Amino acid sequence: MAERSSIFDMIGPVMIGPSSSHTAGVVRIARAAIHILGHIPESATITFYNSFARTYEGHGSDRAIIAGLLDFPTDDVRIKNSFDHAVQQGLQYTFKSVGNASTMHPNTIKLELKYQDQEVEVIGVSKGGGVINIAEINGFTANISANLYTIIITAEDVKGTIAFMADVISNDDCNIATMSVSRKGKNDIACHFIEMDSGIREITLAYLRSLRWVQNILYIPPVV
Amino acid sequence: MLLFDDFKSWKKHCETTQEPLFQPVMTYEIQQKGRTETEIWDGMLRAYTVMREAVQTGLTEDMTSRSGMVNNGGKKVFNSPVTILSPEFKKLISRALAAKEVNSCMGRIVAAPTAGASGILPGVLVTLQELHDLPDRKILEGLLVSAGIALIVERNASLAGAVGGCQAETGSAAAMGSGAVVYCLGGNIDQVFSAVAITLQCMLGLVCDPVAGLVEVPCIVRNASAAAIAYSSAQIALAGVPTVIPVDECVMAMGEIGESMETRYKETAMGGLAATPTGQQIAKRVLIQDIEVLPDEMS
Repeated sequence: MAERSSIFDMIGPVMIGPSSSHTAGVVRIARAAIHILGHIPESATITFYNSFARTYEGHGSDRAIIAGLLDFPTDDVRIKNSFDHAVQQGLQYTFKSVGNASTMHPNTIKLELKYQDQEVEVIGVSKGGGVINIAEINGFTANISANLYTIIITAEDVKGTIAFMADVISNDDCNIATMSVSRKGKNDIACHFIEMDSGIREITLAYLRSLRWVQNILYIPPVV
Repeated sequence: MLLFDDFKSWKKHCETTQEPLFQPVMTYEIQQKGRTETEIWDGMLRAYTVMREAVQTGLTEDMTSRSGMVNNGGKKVFNSPVTILSPEFKKLISRALAAKEVNSCMGRIVAAPTAGASGILPGVLVTLQELHDLPDRKILEGLLVSAGIALIVERNASLAGAVGGCQAETGSAAAMGSGAVVYCLGGNIDQVFSAVAITLQCMLGLVCDPVAGLVEVPCIVRNASAAAIAYSSAQIALAGVPTVIPVDECVMAMGEIGESMETRYKETAMGGLAATPTGQQIAKRVLIQDIEVLPDEMS
């Protein structure tokens, strides 16, 4: 059974127009992506797929994605003039359109972001009403909503790690809402995507980071 | 029992407890989402403040959209030398247009219930407050009532143009506005719900056929007409004219019509006004033509 809506979904959200899927959702995809990169990027290549490929200019999704890359929230009036802000902040960007990615959702965006020697590739879907799905991160299937508290753990594919991490998280009084694992191959690198109902303490993250088989941990609070 | 599955149980609850209509909406949000009463009042005030600002922005700043289809319509109506009905009616129409134009021109709005219908409640409520000199608190109660109305419509029909056509967006917003007007002016429960029912009866069947897929034509003028229908329905309901078909059944009718509506009338820009020769010509001009077509290799 679907979760009941909030009255603030009925009277809200407060957002920048014209459309929740073409502006608010697009801003959120970009903001989630810069959390993954860990910084506002120096350069970005943005590919709009399918329905987005033709309509992104008319709906202002190009301005919305740049605003999100500059970490503006969905109700920020600066979104309209985000190109000017990008120039000021030294963000270089290129837009591409791909019309026929038949296996992808109609409203899909791929972001290739760079900051110094770091690079990430994020594929996000704007599902309507400002709801998003981060479908892929660096080739790993992610399926996170950026609505909850998310941790992304890159670790060696060793048995028992999932149970161990879940136990550590539960000891911090965090309830896991969703969890998925995607790996490159058996005994190779695995990526764990864990969404929690509440925030996790820095000390718990530090402990998880210190584990021998953990390579990297990203922590993403809810993206608005 | 959890409310907001239908209007009948909302009415029964208020008759039994003697609570005003907005109270169970407040209780619902506290119980379902864990918010406090203060957070809810603050959130509603923020929403209403943004609505007022959108009206003001649309009537004072340049409202030209990238496609050129939007060009300061709200201001033109507001300053028009001819008044057809009354100055108040002209204000209502110009405010609904103005707030919706802010949405089309990438300004800040409240999606109520959606961005496509974001001019209706601002036009209706700002005009109501001015005409009847109502305190903010009364308007915020009206907003809560309208949120309750939307919850029921969402559950039994839809609020999304892509699911139920334009009736789901502007129709729902008009019903929310009409119910809020009657509530704020002291109408009883039956009158509030009649206003909702009558509004839905007037909005049923409206298709979503946006030119070039943009939230501009006919969305903006439909925000104005929806605001007008909200007022005419409120006037009818406050006089005690019965709705004949009960409100819950009107919502069901909207759901049924939405389900049977063809896909080309559900925000796909493939039917109605979008499919007219001029509509297609505009689409060709504003949509991006330079798109890459890949061999079938996307994963």
